[in-house]
Amino acid sequence: MSATTASSIPGRPKDLRASAALGRRRARMDATIRTLCTLATLLGLLFLVSILATLIWKGASGLSFRVFTDVTKPPGSGGGLLNPIVGSLIQVALGTLVGTPIGLLVGTYLAEYAGNSRLGNVVRFVSDVLLSAPSILIGLFVYQFLVLPFGGFSGWAGVVALAIIVIPVVVRTTEDMLRLLPNTLREAVIGLGAPKWKMIVLVCWRAAVSGILTGVLLAVARIAGETAPLLFTSLGNLNWSVNLSQPMSSLPITIYSYAGSPYEDWITLAWTGALVITLGVLGLNIVARAVLRARG
Amino acid sequence: MNQTTGDQTTGSAAPSAGTLNPMPANAAQAGLAAQKVGATAQAAAQSSSGSFGGMAVRSTAGMNPARIAIRDLDFFYGTNKALKGISLDLPDRQVTGMIGPSGCGKSTLLRILNRMYSLYPGQRAEGQVMMDGENIIDPALDLNALRARIGMVFQKPTPFPMTIAENIAFGIRLHENLNRAEMAERVEWALTRAALWPEVKDRLNSSAMGLSGGQQQRLCIARTIAVRPEVILFDEPTSALDPISTLKIEELIDELKRDFTIAIVTHNMQQAARCADQVAFFYLGELVEVAPAADLFTAPRQKRTQEYITGRFG
Repeated sequence: MSATTASSIPGRPKDLRASAALGRRRARMDATIRTLCTLATLLGLLFLVSILATLIWKGASGLSFRVFTDVTKPPGSGGGLLNPIVGSLIQVALGTLVGTPIGLLVGTYLAEYAGNSRLGNVVRFVSDVLLSAPSILIGLFVYQFLVLPFGGFSGWAGVVALAIIVIPVVVRTTEDMLRLLPNTLREAVIGLGAPKWKMIVLVCWRAAVSGILTGVLLAVARIAGETAPLLFTSLGNLNWSVNLSQPMSSLPITIYSYAGSPYEDWITLAWTGALVITLGVLGLNIVARAVLRARG
Repeated sequence: MNQTTGDQTTGSAAPSAGTLNPMPANAAQAGLAAQKVGATAQAAAQSSSGSFGGMAVRSTAGMNPARIAIRDLDFFYGTNKALKGISLDLPDRQVTGMIGPSGCGKSTLLRILNRMYSLYPGQRAEGQVMMDGENIIDPALDLNALRARIGMVFQKPTPFPMTIAENIAFGIRLHENLNRAEMAERVEWALTRAALWPEVKDRLNSSAMGLSGGQQQRLCIARTIAVRPEVILFDEPTSALDPISTLKIEELIDELKRDFTIAIVTHNMQQAARCADQVAFFYLGELVEVAPAADLFTAPRQKRTQEYITGRFG
C-alpha cells in the first residue's frame, strides 16, 4: 500500500510532524493518568501503613506472656486479656460455624436453582440489604428477639448476632463464585448421568472452594472486630467465663471499654487487644491460603 | 430398529439392547474384552473410494442398521423453531458427521440425543428419537440412565477439579459399585482407550487441571467411555485444540467406532470427510442431505450442499 492511500484514511496523521505531536500529546496524557493513579495508591497506602504502624507501636509494648494467661483485672493490678481472647475465639468460631452453612446453601440456591425467578431476586435483594445493614441494627434485633425474651445477655445471643453478619457475606461470595463457573462444566457433569445435587456438591463446590473460602475469611475478619452487635447481646464479662448462657467477654468490647478508660495500663491493653485481633485474622488468612495451595 | 448388537467380535459396549437399564453386572469384563477385539472391522473400513480437497474420503460401502432413528423431529427454543422435521438414522458403530453453517441446528440436534436441552426451561422437542424401542424425548424417561447410555464430549475440555483418576472414576461411581481393584482396572482401560494412559500413568493422583488442552480433551473422552455408553456424541471436540491434538482425537474417533456409535458435529469439512462414514448437511434448521461421506463430498445431490462444501457460503 502506498503512502498516499495511507494518508487518505480519515484520522490518520498526514505527515510525520503531526504524528510526533500526537505522540507527545499521548505521552502527556499517559503521564497525567499514571501520576494520578500512583498518588491515589500512595495516599491509600499511607493511611494503611500509619494505622498498622501505630497499632504495632502502641500494641507491641503491652504484649507479654501475661496477656494470654491472665484474666482481666481492675486497673493498676496487672491482668491480661485471657477471657476476652477466649470469649472472642468461641463466639467468632461458633458464629462462623452457624452462619457459613446457611450462607453457603442460600448462595447455592441463588446460583444453581433460583436463576432470575421472583423468589430468587427477592432473596438476593434481602441478602444485599443485610450485607450493608449497620451492625448495631443487628445487635438491637437480637436484643429484641433473644436477649429480652430469654432473660438476659448471653454468649449465645452474641453468636447469633455474629452469624447474622456472616450469612450475607457468604451468600454473596458463594453465588458469585458459582456463577463464575462455566456452564459447560455443569453440562459435562450432567452429561455423565449425574443428578443435579451431585453436580453441585461434588464438582461445583469443589471448583469454587477457594473463592467461597475467601468469602468465609472475609466474614471472619469482619466479625472478629465487630463491637456493636455484641454490646447488646453478649455484653462483656470482666470475669473468666466460658458459659455461653452467661454474658461473655470479647476483645472488641474490652478494647472499647478499656480504650475509653482513664487508666494507663488499660489503654495499653486495649492497643494490645487490637493487635491480637489483627494478628489473629492475618494468621488465619495465611494458614487457609497455605492449606488451599497444598491441596492444589 | 437394530437388534444385532450382541456380535461377539465387536463386543460389549451395547450389552443391554431392548432396555434403558444400563450396565449388567458382568459388564466390566465385557468392557475389557472390547479392548482386544475388532482389528478386522477396522481394516474393512480403511478402503477409501473418493476424495475431497485432496483428502481421502471413506468408503461408500453400506451403512449399518440404525442404532438411533430420528423421525419428524421438531425443536423449539421458546417459540423459535430451530429444527424442522428432521429424520435421520445413526448407523450402529459408525460415525455420523453433522456439518452446516453456524446456527443451522446441528448442535441442537446433538443436544437432543442426550436430552441436554431438558436442563433449560423453554426448550422442547417434538417427534420421535427411537433407541431400543423407546422414544428418547419422552418426558418420563430416566435421564440419568439415558445419559449413561449416550455420552457426550464437549467443545471445550472440562476437566473436573480433582485428580486424573478421580475424573475417570467420577462417572463410573454414578452408575456402578466397583471395588478398588475393579475401579483401578476400569480407569486404566478407559485411559488406554482414550490414548492417554502412557502420558498419565505415573501421575494419576495429580490434578487434572495441570494437563494440556489436548490431554484434557482426551481425559474427557476417557471419562465418557469409562461409563461404557453405547453412543458417544462429539460437539466440535477439536475446535479448541491444536493440529496435533486434533489428529490424535480424530484417530481416536476412528478407533472408538469399533465399539461405539458416534455422532460428531464439526465446522471442519475435512474433519467430517476424514472421520465420518455418513455425513448430514444441515441448513436453517433443516436436514438438507444425508449420504455416505464419499457421496456427499464428491457427488452431492442438493445444490445447497454443493454450494456449502465448495465454500460458496457458510
